[in-house]
Amino acid sequence: MTPDLVGGLESPDYASHDRAAHEPYVPVFTGEVKRELDELLTRYPTKMAALLPALWIVQRVRGWVSEEGMVEVADLLDLTPAYVKGVVTFYTMYHQHPVGKYFIQVCTTSPCGICGAEDVVKAFLRHTNAGELGITSPDGRFTVIEVECLGACGFATPVMVNEEFIESVTPEKVPDLLARLA
Amino acid sequence: MGYPNQPHQRETTVLSRYFGDTEARSLDGWKKRGGYKALEKALGMAPADIVNVVKESGLRGRGGAGFPTGMKWSFMKPGDGKPHYLCCNADESEPGTFKDRELMRWTPHALVEGCAIGAYAIGAETTYVYIRGEFTEPLYWMEQAVKEAYAAGIIGKNAMGSGKRIDVHVHKGAGAYICGEETALMESLEGRRGNPRIKPPFPAVSGVFGMPTTINNVETLIAAAPILMKGAEWYKKMSLSNPKSTGTKLFSVCGNVQRPGTYEVVMGFPFKEFLYDLCGGPPHGRKFKAVIPGGASVPIQTIEEAEATLMDYEGFVAQGSMLGSGGVIVIDDGQSMVSVIARIARFFAHESCAQCTQCREGTAWTTKIMERIRDGQGTIEDLDTLLDIAEQMTGKTICVLSDSCAVPVVSGIKKFRSEFEALIQGRRFHPVIAAVA
Repeated sequence: MTPDLVGGLESPDYASHDRAAHEPYVPVFTGEVKRELDELLTRYPTKMAALLPALWIVQRVRGWVSEEGMVEVADLLDLTPAYVKGVVTFYTMYHQHPVGKYFIQVCTTSPCGICGAEDVVKAFLRHTNAGELGITSPDGRFTVIEVECLGACGFATPVMVNEEFIESVTPEKVPDLLARLA
Repeated sequence: MGYPNQPHQRETTVLSRYFGDTEARSLDGWKKRGGYKALEKALGMAPADIVNVVKESGLRGRGGAGFPTGMKWSFMKPGDGKPHYLCCNADESEPGTFKDRELMRWTPHALVEGCAIGAYAIGAETTYVYIRGEFTEPLYWMEQAVKEAYAAGIIGKNAMGSGKRIDVHVHKGAGAYICGEETALMESLEGRRGNPRIKPPFPAVSGVFGMPTTINNVETLIAAAPILMKGAEWYKKMSLSNPKSTGTKLFSVCGNVQRPGTYEVVMGFPFKEFLYDLCGGPPHGRKFKAVIPGGASVPIQTIEEAEATLMDYEGFVAQGSMLGSGGVIVIDDGQSMVSVIARIARFFAHESCAQCTQCREGTAWTTKIMERIRDGQGTIEDLDTLLDIAEQMTGKTICVLSDSCAVPVVSGIKKFRSEFEALIQGRRFHPVIAAVA
């Protein structure tokens, strides 16, 4: 094992993952949230079709989709946990482990790339202290990743912070943008 | 264009007329601007007549393939006793394309109306609008619009008092380029991994939930409303080139250009004027070198080819490329074509669903070799290897993602071979130094 990986295991990211695994699981789909799912089920002729929306709800409530969350969704939709995991791992937007309070996605696909997106990524990594893509900053606040085409190429470089979409980000704008995130 | 700039006088704003007009987003505002009149008219017509008007107008799919919309609708056989479905493909993920995003965030009711018209025309009671998960703003506005339309009885079990049931549901994707492929979209909608299906059966026979389905792009459905209101003749006349390409088309422009944004022009508009006049030309002190005119998966044009192009389905083909989705990526002389193509290959390697071997391995190999050449580690044999891999990736897989990765590589090597060779022979890429103002 390389020294880097040893350091990684001790990071707050992994610690919270570990803690979550030892606490009893509290179901997501109760009360109002369960009613939301019931309404969703009326939209489709099959239960399975509500899988993506159900997983979105889990992520909205918990911040990520844990294996226990997958089991709960599987039970509700008459699917197997393995099937649900297969679907979760196919899509890039479901977090399979906890992420920072602010999940920052920077588009670096060709059109943004030729407009200087690489420098925006570097600025985020430097100013958040995350240091590396996909690794949460030591204070647990920021996770920065590169994302493939956010579909706002004319407003290079687009950045998503959680659900918020920010257009025309340049390296110079990064410190102010981060300061705005309390 | 409307947003962020005023429309250019040479634009023809049919669909983009209300871009930047925040009041057009609400139901009241949309109705004040003539909204839902087309749906009212449609519900008073026989579905077959609507299909005929759309057929007559010459409207073709705006998502990339350019299939005649009226003909697609006519594949849905009425009275077969099965539920029909309409899917709106709003999974806009082709690099360079962001027109549907603008349509949905500024005129969400236009899409609700278009969906309702389309659903009625093909005998569907349910429409699913599949919007990619990253589009948080369009998702918000579309959900608001659908809610408002339901509350006002425009859609629902008795749409506008017609006695017809028309449901529209917004379905949020979860991050997968491949779900913009129509059969992958249906798989995803059913709650599966987004792996494309083998065709046939085509969606009109066995689509989502195994039922007859039509899948249309956002722009296509929105165009149906003005066609119904103003007639097929009016739409057909909007063409500067040939009768096979009619109407207006939204082009989203990005990359190294003065005024990026979404522009709406009549089919057959001269591309040269479009690039230099409407879009403002290259950044100061630079020159255009290449254009990818229809999203990352179409062949790259040299600027000479681009300048000779008429902007329609046939015009782009005549100049070595394709109209595709209308996502124009402009590249200036400050960019290394090898870097640009390597990044495109990386995109496809990331987005391959890994179902077909040619694509799963081919996109990864292409990326590795392209990046090796970019970093000055390539050999001259690599170029032949790339072309060989590209041939193995073309026309041999379930969907065209594999072909899409091969296309920019092949056209890039063909048209910009000297840049590849220079890097291989150890000469670093030297961008033309811009004259600083």
